Amino acid sequence: MEPLTWTGVLGPVLNPILMAGVAVLILSILASIVLSFVPSGAVAQGDGTLAARRTPADWARLVMQGALWLILAVILIYLGGGIVIPGIENKGIIGALSARFLPVWIALIVTFALSIAFKRRLGLYGKLFDNPIGMAGFGLVMFWIFTALSVGLFDWIVTHDPLTAVSGMKNKVPGTPLNGAGAGDYPYYLLGGDNLARDVFSRMVAGSFVVIRIAPLATLFAFMVGITLGLPAGYIGGRLDTFLSFLANLILAFPVILLFYLLVTPEIVQTGIPSFLAVVLFLFPIVFLVVLFNARFFTEPVKRNTVVAVILVTLGWAYLSLISQPGTPVSFMPAALDLFDIPGGILVVFVSVVFVNAPTVFRIVRGLVMDIKTRDYVAAAQTRGEGPWYIMLWEILPNARGPLIVDFCLRIGYTTILLGTLGFFGLGLPPDSPDWGTTINAGRKLLSIYPHPAIAPALALLSLVLGLNLMADGLREESLKD
Amino acid sequence: MILTALCLSFLVFFLTNLPPNLEKVAKYEGNSRMTDEEVAGWLEKNGFNQALIVRYSEWLGVLPGWTREDANGRLEAGRCFAPGDDPETAPAFCGILQGEWGVSRVFREDVSSIIATRLGLTGKMMLWVMILMVPSALIVGVLAGMREGSRTDRTLSTFSIATTATPEYVSGVILVAVFASSAFGLKWFKGTATSAMDNATFENFFLPVLTIALYGMGYIARMTRASMAEVMTAQYIRTARLKGVSFPNIVMKHALRNALIAPFTVIMLQFPWLLNGVVIVETLFNYKGFGWALVQAAGNNDIDLLLGISVVSVFVVLITQLISDIGYVYLNPRIRIS
Repeated sequence: MEPLTWTGVLGPVLNPILMAGVAVLILSILASIVLSFVPSGAVAQGDGTLAARRTPADWARLVMQGALWLILAVILIYLGGGIVIPGIENKGIIGALSARFLPVWIALIVTFALSIAFKRRLGLYGKLFDNPIGMAGFGLVMFWIFTALSVGLFDWIVTHDPLTAVSGMKNKVPGTPLNGAGAGDYPYYLLGGDNLARDVFSRMVAGSFVVIRIAPLATLFAFMVGITLGLPAGYIGGRLDTFLSFLANLILAFPVILLFYLLVTPEIVQTGIPSFLAVVLFLFPIVFLVVLFNARFFTEPVKRNTVVAVILVTLGWAYLSLISQPGTPVSFMPAALDLFDIPGGILVVFVSVVFVNAPTVFRIVRGLVMDIKTRDYVAAAQTRGEGPWYIMLWEILPNARGPLIVDFCLRIGYTTILLGTLGFFGLGLPPDSPDWGTTINAGRKLLSIYPHPAIAPALALLSLVLGLNLMADGLREESLKD
Repeated sequence: MILTALCLSFLVFFLTNLPPNLEKVAKYEGNSRMTDEEVAGWLEKNGFNQALIVRYSEWLGVLPGWTREDANGRLEAGRCFAPGDDPETAPAFCGILQGEWGVSRVFREDVSSIIATRLGLTGKMMLWVMILMVPSALIVGVLAGMREGSRTDRTLSTFSIATTATPEYVSGVILVAVFASSAFGLKWFKGTATSAMDNATFENFFLPVLTIALYGMGYIARMTRASMAEVMTAQYIRTARLKGVSFPNIVMKHALRNALIAPFTVIMLQFPWLLNGVVIVETLFNYKGFGWALVQAAGNNDIDLLLGISVVSVFVVLITQLISDIGYVYLNPRIRIS
């Protein structure tokens, strides 16, 4: 079989148009930069108003916009054409990729249509759709979330098994036909093969599931730890604050990579330090939720007791089966009661990422609390005789949510970068794991000859983190508006 | 600050001296098929079976180093002298307070000399990173913050968000693939910087420097933009504008100096992050500097070298924090006078 071209049957028609569009775009950008130094000739009219005519700079800008729309339209035709045109040979690589992502496109369109239709009723989330940058970021993030879900739950998008090697496919360029493909096999390696002859596209897509599983949850845990410690540090202050701040600064003064190397090596895992850290860190969400509801329903003992009991039993069981791992020093649960085991490396990675992120969250929360506790409504609650935890959790925390939500988005991105760093140094996750950091690490050795195995996961990671950053920026702008 | 450094070095000492790590050291020094008894004997002979806090104090130089006597009661070996040396002339204390950093087990060299050469190489790289990063970040930030909300502002802000969203290992991989690989045909630069250690040229040194600079740049540019935008709304700028001062003049003479106070502290506080980037970039481009030494030391559990490196890096972080505080006071007349 012939190797696939990038653009399939649409290529001969649309490629020249795309090239022309790019050329016009570059020229018009240069022109508008040069022309922007020419002063605009606004003319004063008789009645005291100013009249301005379109200057050459404005025309250059219009041409630029036109070229941009043209390029976008061509790309959209490629993506859409890939879904409509029958036959993989005719689709080309881009079209075939787009066809594989069909469930994601449908989910994205549904999400956007629903959100835009009801955006006035959705609070801050709805306001995100007033902001083009925030919307673009949200689109990128949702793209990867849907991809991860359809790969992880339904096994939809992947074309081959991400761990199996196929002989004769080592380091093949994108679009190579599969060597000895059977009837049920997908006939091409869409983005080529890596140095162990595995499909780069499937590994990239499967890697998204690893990242989406760990990054948001780890960030959430880091927030729980940071909030539970940061609230009293900021509100009560004094010795407690000095002590906790000292600890936080201690961890922050460490270079992150040194910390990872010290925490995630197999020898340290053997001693059980990560397991003990997990015991401590995973306790915080339970403490947080118990204190939260205890403070809320303190005046209604019956309700309080039921809510707290439910939380303690369910989360306590989950907690115990989470920290109890056969083969580590912390292993005490009988197998019948143990709900789930987290595979080896993931727990260690998870713990170290939480450990690195928590001090920064602590500092942010502490700063916010110190600012908010001087407000009048806090003084009013104190006068009413509310307990300190009620004030912290139900008066101060809801009013600090804006900056915290924005930071949460940014921090998921940062956690993704940290996970990639861990993978890049080959720490924690197993060496054949499809996550992006490990794949980049494996691909970088032959980078100057076969760049495609490293570039695909690099671009994936870049787009996810960029999406999170843009979304955070959009959220910040929108929340500052009112 | 001293307390922080002490706590941190003790933490590293504790983590590198856990039993499994010591076993690895023993097997590295002896042979890999030692039995458990042989490992225990080796550890005892080399002073590893003392209490952790005692060994830490010896390393620090506040307790005398351990010694070992042979069957005749003569001093045979000790922390402060090698088996062949004369015990009489050896000092009793040898820790980092006496300037003895120990010997690296991987490189078979004094830790102080390794750190000196590696730090020199990394310093050279950081110098170029700063030369590239700081001016371009400030220019981008000032241009974006000059007219808040304009088209330039939006483009440059998106650009700086994009650079902060690109970790070094991603931008490094993309830059090498585009500019140094045969696949795209643009072989403008070299994909490794090993030759840049002796003889740095534009061709072999630009890509690693650019990779670090790009990641740090976005953050500084955003801070500069925010501070510039704030200054541009200030009363004195409006007064200057109403007086009829031209726009370039306002930006250069009135706004710029006040807008650069905040970015200065940010630049100093960037050092710890840059250290992170240095480790990644030195590994990616195979440039044998400080970060590369860190990876080697940590990967092989080279206790003395790892301790030395962490002490140096922690001090770098703490000193930059101190400088940023002092510099802030010095630059900001409102704090200086009061």
